[in-house]
Amino acid sequence: MQTVKMVVTGPFNSGKTAFIQSVSEIDVVSTERKISTEAERIKETTTVAMDFGRITVDDDLVLYLFGTPGQKRFDFMWEILAEGMLGFVVMVDSARPETFREARGILQTFRAYAPTPYVVAANKQDLDDAWEVDDLRIALGLDSKIKMLPCVANDRDQVKSVLLELLYSILEESKE
Amino acid sequence: MALKGNLRDFNVTQLLNLINIAQKTGTLTVEGPDAISWISFRAGKLIYAQMGNEDGSLTGILTRAGKITSKQADVIKENATEKSDQGLGLLLINAGYLSQQVILDSIQQYVLDIVYQLFTWIDGLFRFDNDVLPPVDAITVRMDLENIIMEGSRQTQEWELLKDEIPSLDMALTFVDRPGADIRDVQLTVEEWKVVSYINPKNTLKRIAKANKMNDLEIRRIVYGLVQAGLVEIIRPEGMPLPPKAKKLPPVDKKQQASLVNKLIHRIRSL
Repeated sequence: MQTVKMVVTGPFNSGKTAFIQSVSEIDVVSTERKISTEAERIKETTTVAMDFGRITVDDDLVLYLFGTPGQKRFDFMWEILAEGMLGFVVMVDSARPETFREARGILQTFRAYAPTPYVVAANKQDLDDAWEVDDLRIALGLDSKIKMLPCVANDRDQVKSVLLELLYSILEESKE
Repeated sequence: MALKGNLRDFNVTQLLNLINIAQKTGTLTVEGPDAISWISFRAGKLIYAQMGNEDGSLTGILTRAGKITSKQADVIKENATEKSDQGLGLLLINAGYLSQQVILDSIQQYVLDIVYQLFTWIDGLFRFDNDVLPPVDAITVRMDLENIIMEGSRQTQEWELLKDEIPSLDMALTFVDRPGADIRDVQLTVEEWKVVSYINPKNTLKRIAKANKMNDLEIRRIVYGLVQAGLVEIIRPEGMPLPPKAKKLPPVDKKQQASLVNKLIHRIRSL
């Protein structure tokens, strides 16, 4: 049995857990805990070690999706999760510009861990306050070649599109 | 869709850069600590600004610029109550009181003063309304944002921000390959030209700073301005080894990997 993994990363509350939940065939194995920091009490719980979803391809191949912890003090987990990944998705909360700089920092950190293909998912595009994808691209300082996709993390079709775009990038790179 | 937020998270330099690159048309409203400001743009060019309750009428602007006295302003207002700014401007030009250039220069300076004032605001809600423009009878100007961003960046003294944006001086610079971005059209200071002349994928920021006898803050400040103006970008220097922890893809065999990825694509499509 061969297993491969892709990582879903991004700032706190950017929608990583929901993203994995949308496509995982198992209930996401989550390590959520109640949030202790007042400043980050936007939601009740957060991921502290990793989220873990699975998609079985056939008898010989399984894809694991790992979600990284969003809070900074758990970033020691990132490098462990990045090891051996096929590629990664950076989730950005399109409606919270205060997290854009952090998203860019996380992206750069993961690029340094492993120079694998990646895509950026502009999540929460269904919210009124969401920035447009083109504006978000400029705000994040992303080159036009980098795939940036509109997304609503609990919409399965949109999550599939994001994952497929990442896989197309991986496929392209494997042809080079 | 909204383009709104707080200057704490997305500052004025970044906002103007976005408006410039996206060639936006509309009005940016910023609610600062003590005042509210409206800045209008057409296709990414600065055309108009108004600050709080300040007198932004033509007579107010000309008085502030010292082109007419307060007494003259009062007389003009009294005699031209029905006239718009455009009408009043024409009247002054036709009567030979002021040249068109003097009027435009005064308005341009007024608009710039407001925008530069905005650069000092580090906190405040902003909102960009697409296609909202100043009144049709207002006199507008047309200014490129690159130079304004450069000047605003020069005035930015936030060391922490600079360190955050450019955490490492071991990176190099390259010119941005973007239509319309031509460094020759931008007014650079001598110090900026010194940095620009060293731009080369082999030269780290540290090396450029050393060659120009600049300290960390000075080099960061200049590079930040150039990056925000969309003229250069930061890259990994040529020959720089990858971080030691960098991992290769698990399957080394490219053909095998392609087959594996195709299987994954097929599976995810079928979900």
